[in-house]
Amino acid sequence: MSDVILEMRNITKLFPGVKALDNVSFSVRQGEIHALVGENGAGKSTLMKVLSGVYPYGTYDGEIYFQGKECRFKDITESEKVGLVIIHQELALIPFLSVAENLFLGNERAKNGIIDWNESISKTAELLERVGLHESPNTLITNMGVGKQQLVEIAKALAKEVKLLILDEPTASLNENDSEKLLELLLQFKEHGISSILISHKLSEVNKVADSITILRDGATIETLDCRNDHITEDRIIRGMVGRDMTHRFPPREKNIGEVIFEVRDWNVYHPIHEDRKVSNNVNLSVRKGEVVGLSGLMGSGRTELAMSIFGHAYGTRISGKAYKNGNEVDISTIDKAIEAGIAYATEDRKVYGLVLIQEVKNNITLANLEEISTRQVINEPQEMRVTSEYRDKLNIKCSSIQQLALNLSGGNQQKVVLSKWLFAGPDILILDEPTRGIDVGAKYEIYTIINRLASEGKGIVVISSELPEILGVCDRIYVMREGKIVGEMPASEASQEKVMKYIMTQQEVVEQ
Amino acid sequence: MKTLSTLFKNNVREYGMLIALIAVMVFFQVQTKGVLMKPVNITNLVLQNSYVITMALGMLLIIITGWIDLSVGSVVAVIGALAGVLIVRYDFNWVLVVAISLLLGAAIGAFHGYFVAYLKIPSFIVTLAGMLIFRGLTIALLRGESVGPFPRGFQNISSGFIPDFFQYEGFHVTTILIGVVLSILLIWLDLRTRKNQQKYGFDVTPFYFFVVKNIAITTAVMGLCYLMASYKGIPTVLVLLFVLITFYAFITSSSVIGRRIYAMGGNEKAARLSGVNTPRLLFYTFINMGVLASLAGLIVAARLNSATPNAGDGMELDVIAACFIGGASPSGGVGKVIGALVGAFLIGVLNNGMSIMGVGIDWQKVVKGIVLLLAVLFDVYNKNKSA
Repeated sequence: MSDVILEMRNITKLFPGVKALDNVSFSVRQGEIHALVGENGAGKSTLMKVLSGVYPYGTYDGEIYFQGKECRFKDITESEKVGLVIIHQELALIPFLSVAENLFLGNERAKNGIIDWNESISKTAELLERVGLHESPNTLITNMGVGKQQLVEIAKALAKEVKLLILDEPTASLNENDSEKLLELLLQFKEHGISSILISHKLSEVNKVADSITILRDGATIETLDCRNDHITEDRIIRGMVGRDMTHRFPPREKNIGEVIFEVRDWNVYHPIHEDRKVSNNVNLSVRKGEVVGLSGLMGSGRTELAMSIFGHAYGTRISGKAYKNGNEVDISTIDKAIEAGIAYATEDRKVYGLVLIQEVKNNITLANLEEISTRQVINEPQEMRVTSEYRDKLNIKCSSIQQLALNLSGGNQQKVVLSKWLFAGPDILILDEPTRGIDVGAKYEIYTIINRLASEGKGIVVISSELPEILGVCDRIYVMREGKIVGEMPASEASQEKVMKYIMTQQEVVEQ
Repeated sequence: MKTLSTLFKNNVREYGMLIALIAVMVFFQVQTKGVLMKPVNITNLVLQNSYVITMALGMLLIIITGWIDLSVGSVVAVIGALAGVLIVRYDFNWVLVVAISLLLGAAIGAFHGYFVAYLKIPSFIVTLAGMLIFRGLTIALLRGESVGPFPRGFQNISSGFIPDFFQYEGFHVTTILIGVVLSILLIWLDLRTRKNQQKYGFDVTPFYFFVVKNIAITTAVMGLCYLMASYKGIPTVLVLLFVLITFYAFITSSSVIGRRIYAMGGNEKAARLSGVNTPRLLFYTFINMGVLASLAGLIVAARLNSATPNAGDGMELDVIAACFIGGASPSGGVGKVIGALVGAFLIGVLNNGMSIMGVGIDWQKVVKGIVLLLAVLFDVYNKNKSA
């Protein structure tokens, strides 16, 4: 049975300044479970968005064949029509509608615009039976757990007569039991001839159900492994995910590491809505003068939550633990106080949390430290112009003028504006959350240079990154986080991508020999 | 050096509104056979619009933060009622009552602000509730009837004129002198800004444009002063307005607090993560609105010379419309004092002109609605074109 249900040939997708997919070819056989693995940013989601028509035909290069026919999807409804259904990581269910209403949303069982409730309900019951979910079709989505919601999503896909089911990190937010059930379901579907593509970071799951594994790295297909005959080890997969040339991507730095400048001890943070969920669990973390510390881990492992809770309790509730600067305890309970204490946090999402996009570059740069450019609450505009021009030159921000709106800058330059803002606030400790996300290689190099310069000025720097090469290339010491805990710490000199990845991926604590 | 066309492109909103205002004024000047620009009517226009402008200044800040205040019309009424009851029924000193009213206005603003900023209830709902509550309290305070008249001193808040130090029959010389001083001051300020800009090497407008602009402004200022001088001179209210407008123009353009309000409206999360205490700032913005609304309430009561249960009814709509016509964005972060001012005047001229022409209140509302829609449409069109 080698008949191919899906073939994607030479797919190339460009974003402004970034090649997200580079000549990727990918094929799925009829009735198999095909796992797609790779680091964050390797291009998995982009590839699936190309496939499902989120990025319509014409915005990428290459060809897609589904069941032997070439497909040129204009949008997601067209791909669903041929039986290609994608289930995203963030579930797309309407919380205050019932299961039945959600299942047939946009696909209503109706005659002349009048919904046939009898048919809807009985069909829903049938579909729920197929996915093994014992709930009334009238239950509201909001009253169900995430595991059950996931099953509803799958039932929704079945309602559309799915032939190829794409699951993007379906078990990321599920507990062990629910994950198990979901994987069982995929195996059942396989017997009924439904193929699936499974995107997952959990390699143990991949190993359990996948018939083939395709590894993506830096927007290119690295290899496709066949698991039906040989057993593929997790180490083998990790090697494929990370192995790459690392020379000359990171500027060298003269290391001059001093005393501990900042430290948090026994740091505990709870989720702001689900108050019984711990998002930081007894975290101890320190950074020295002139040191760049890396915080590694998957998305959702609690890195950003930890950083934001340290930055003036900007995230979470019931925060406990102590913070020390130069050995003295400091109060960082509000953002004001954290900035006062010399902490800066440059966000991972610069458009949502970092910049006032509709305002000028200069206003953005001075926002966190308006006192510096004002006397008695009155802004000294010439001084503001002078200061911001300095930062523009120092960080090489490419803009037509400092009065240009932040909106109109490229990602890399926006990132430099965010950095400028925090540099102008004059911090001693900088937490940089995904400082190079979504920016091109050249701008990345510039950002690394800035990080190096700040370290050599004696600041303590924490870099949060999902890209292992970046963590290894920039940092002196590395922490690994998983599920809100620090599960590993090592000097960069002793770290390798395989080693860090093992800490990240392995469900059990790694016992150091 | 900036070219004229880029200058116009960058400020198309402001110039567009100004041109619209002038066009509307010319239209009514012709239609009313010159009544619009008669000295007595110009003075009236200022008096009639003083409360809308007063409140538009506060409303602009609220809208910049991304919220709205629907209660201001009812606050006008309740403050007027309180002043009426205290002064007329209980014989309080009117100066004391002015102070109490402003404090009460601040308290009302704090009431709204607390719910919006700290309890996170949308301002639309909070101030809708406030609108009902304060209208109800007004009627209760006044027991459903008008209370008046007020003593002379209180009336002068809105119907007084500045004294003339020169005795010249039928012409208010002090007004002209103030006009001259003001014109010189404006030219001097503009010149200083220009010099500063050149010193730091920024783009400046061509010199001839600078000259034309200043001649236009001087003509407008002197024209207005001449018209008012031929009636009774500058109304006291205009002095008050001038102080308020200058103050808020300064706050929005040059103060730390103004900069933070724009940042909060542009991106609340980013502002908060930059150390701006956004709830507190929002709270203060509502207190400010309360004080300005109560000031407007006093002006209205003084002008009508009585406190009436339906004072300020529907006024919130004129105030909000003035801000949006003036280019403020409903999603926050955008808006200028000068825009709100032009917007308020545009509405004022429409009201006044149509009243003189004998257009009924029904069609006045229709026209105002259409103008609001067109102004915002113009905004959206410009935005799409530049994007």
